[in-house]
Amino acid sequence: MTGLALLLTGLAQVGQPGVGEVFEPFLPGMILILPLAGFVANGVLALVSGCRNARMIRTGMAAEIGSVTHSLSSWIGPGAVGAAFVLTVVNFVGMLGAQPHEPFVQGYWTWIASGNLSVEAAIQLDQLSLIMMMVITGVGFLIHLFSVAYMRDDPGYSRYFCYLNLFIFFMLVLVMGASFPLMFVGWEGVGLCSYLLIGFWFEDPEKADAGKKAFIVNRIGDLGFLLAIFLLFTHLGALDYVGVFEAAPESLPYGGTVVTAVALLLLLGAIGKSAQVPLYVWLPDAMAGPTPVSALIHAATMVTAGVYLIARAGVLFALAPIGSATVATVGAVTALFSATIALQQYDIKKVLAYSTISQLGFMFLGVGAGAYAAGVFHLMTHAFFKALLFLGAGAVIHSMHHALHSTHSDWDAQDMRNMGGLKRFMPLTWATMVIATVAIAGIWPFAGFFSKDEIIWYAGAAAGNGYGVLFTVLWGMALLAAALTAVYMTRLIVMTFHGINRTGPEEAKLLHEAPLTMTVPLTILGILSVFSGWINVPDSVQDSIFGGFGILPMSEWLHHWLDPVTESADAIRLSGLGPYAESAPLGGGPVAWAAIATGAALVIVILTARVVSRQQILPASESEQPADGIRKILYNKWYVDEIYDRVVVRPIIAASRFGSRWLDQVLIDGTVNAVGSLTRSLGWFGSLFQTGQVTTYAVVFTLGALTILGVLIL
Amino acid sequence: MLAEALVLSALLFMIGAFGVLIRRNAIIVFLCIELQLNAVNLSFVAFSRYLGIEGQLFVFFVMTVAAAEAAVGLAIIISIFRHYETVNVENFNLLKW
Repeated sequence: MTGLALLLTGLAQVGQPGVGEVFEPFLPGMILILPLAGFVANGVLALVSGCRNARMIRTGMAAEIGSVTHSLSSWIGPGAVGAAFVLTVVNFVGMLGAQPHEPFVQGYWTWIASGNLSVEAAIQLDQLSLIMMMVITGVGFLIHLFSVAYMRDDPGYSRYFCYLNLFIFFMLVLVMGASFPLMFVGWEGVGLCSYLLIGFWFEDPEKADAGKKAFIVNRIGDLGFLLAIFLLFTHLGALDYVGVFEAAPESLPYGGTVVTAVALLLLLGAIGKSAQVPLYVWLPDAMAGPTPVSALIHAATMVTAGVYLIARAGVLFALAPIGSATVATVGAVTALFSATIALQQYDIKKVLAYSTISQLGFMFLGVGAGAYAAGVFHLMTHAFFKALLFLGAGAVIHSMHHALHSTHSDWDAQDMRNMGGLKRFMPLTWATMVIATVAIAGIWPFAGFFSKDEIIWYAGAAAGNGYGVLFTVLWGMALLAAALTAVYMTRLIVMTFHGINRTGPEEAKLLHEAPLTMTVPLTILGILSVFSGWINVPDSVQDSIFGGFGILPMSEWLHHWLDPVTESADAIRLSGLGPYAESAPLGGGPVAWAAIATGAALVIVILTARVVSRQQILPASESEQPADGIRKILYNKWYVDEIYDRVVVRPIIAASRFGSRWLDQVLIDGTVNAVGSLTRSLGWFGSLFQTGQVTTYAVVFTLGALTILGVLIL
Repeated sequence: MLAEALVLSALLFMIGAFGVLIRRNAIIVFLCIELQLNAVNLSFVAFSRYLGIEGQLFVFFVMTVAAAEAAVGLAIIISIFRHYETVNVENFNLLKW
């Protein structure tokens, strides 16, 4: 829906850009307040229905579904986000008409005033934040809609929408805040909601642990973000975007220590939130949450916050070429590394989780190469097709779960080895997921082709200036990762939807297509996965077959749209590193590489489909984990969790145990107990003088009186 | 004149004090306390000859308080006797923690 609106409004505006007109925002504060109000309303409903459920459990009845609180939540939850989306579209259209050069900043009140630090509670509307808001509210609305059916039978239905609305609110704070501290508020808020939603079914300790893991791993990144904010304040004295990005090029020398430190610390924050190597381990575990949550938070929006942060702070990263190169390196390594893991996973959501990490790596590579618009472009198209893939997986799991539940089978509803041949039962889900797969594999003319190839192109073109060798290597890694993407996604589709059905005959009868509220979001996202790439067809391929010989609309529209946000960073990059190369490291222009990429992707998809469909796949309960070399390593995810367990978790537990046994129980408790028993024994000694004999007291009293008298006289 | 009165007063006070400390019979202890009070009264009266009427005034206060104290003290001793069948202070050690 978002991209469709982008496309339509953009089409209407092509050829008549009214640059420099005044942008009049329409109720920008309401965009924030609506999801917050939804959170409050759903929170009250959750409390009411929670009390009622508890009462019913006490009286021995099953929890009721379809009550008043249930239907109210169904309207309030998606409604609040839908209304916010409508307001965002209105503002977006307004900005399309004006295309202002300066961001619109509205302050509401002074949030922090202390010494020479002053932080306004202000929102900033510009081209970047509006694109993000369109994605968040648009995709968010579709996923809320999907959840109405997906979560229907859950006793925590109202609580679910309460958390989901709160997430939308914090995510909007993250992208709309006009300063780094406000972004940090949203940053922490989405982390909280992520934790709450991963551990949504907290009765299962494994899921509660997954929530904790996500929260704790993110703390490491947040520390970096926070230190970067402190550094910025000590050196620039300002924290709002306008102030920082104006002061930075003048106060901080190009490639200097301070700006490099800031960039690297911001990168640490982004690595945590966007699940990059080495802090990616929380995201696969985060799949313990409900599948729409995985789609919204752990694929489409929250995990892209790191990319948004780097694109937003583009000026700082452009000033620190080492920082940018590190961003690109982290991105390329992550893209390749997690793509290899995705090859040997059997849990459908785990494959998608590693795929998400890999795609986020591509975005990091893009922004690290200085192509901020390309990073944001891939962020947007990825939000569409990955949300679609997750929702499709959700529909599959929903159907599998119902079938397995009715026959009381204890098979895993998420294991692809238990699926197979689902195309017959869920044709619409199959069709939309195939579209998303083709999009993510990067086949022309689907969305992923344009966005991913642009990133790879820029990574190659960046090899033409500073850090040439590094970027050549990264470019090669990105190409390899893109090829692996096509492999693991084709494998997922074939194992899930094609071949013979492995659910068992009884279950197969119960498999069914998802209900309408689930298929409508799938269809809309499917349409977007086809067309949303067309808003940014590069000029260089516009006139070739890949631009449809000029038929595809909106040449480099997103680049021009984001110009006011990225132009200062682009200018710094240009003066520091020089222009991008005209050809890729091995030669060849954009058109040639577009042909190679889409051709290779097509060949890989077909080959993989043939290979996987010929494989003999056994249900999960009958198959064993691969015994030989590389497949075993990939199946076990390069043993990273085990390594972290040995190197980080266990030493910390040992240190904590030492602290608790010796420092706390022996040293601190011992000191306190010693003071206590000393007082007690002194008291016991003193009580010996208290005989209870009146005569004794009288003697002491008299002696005391005489002593005082003696002192007075002498 | 004053000196003799004060010496007498001191003697009476000392007798009372030693009585309180060494006698075991609660009634005797009680009488000794009265003796101390009256020794103090004597010195009040003796001083009032030279220092003004306030000394004698104070004596009346002491006597009033002594009367009240006698009433309460005797009541306690009687109830103790009813309970323990003795008034020997060595037998009572309740006045502790």
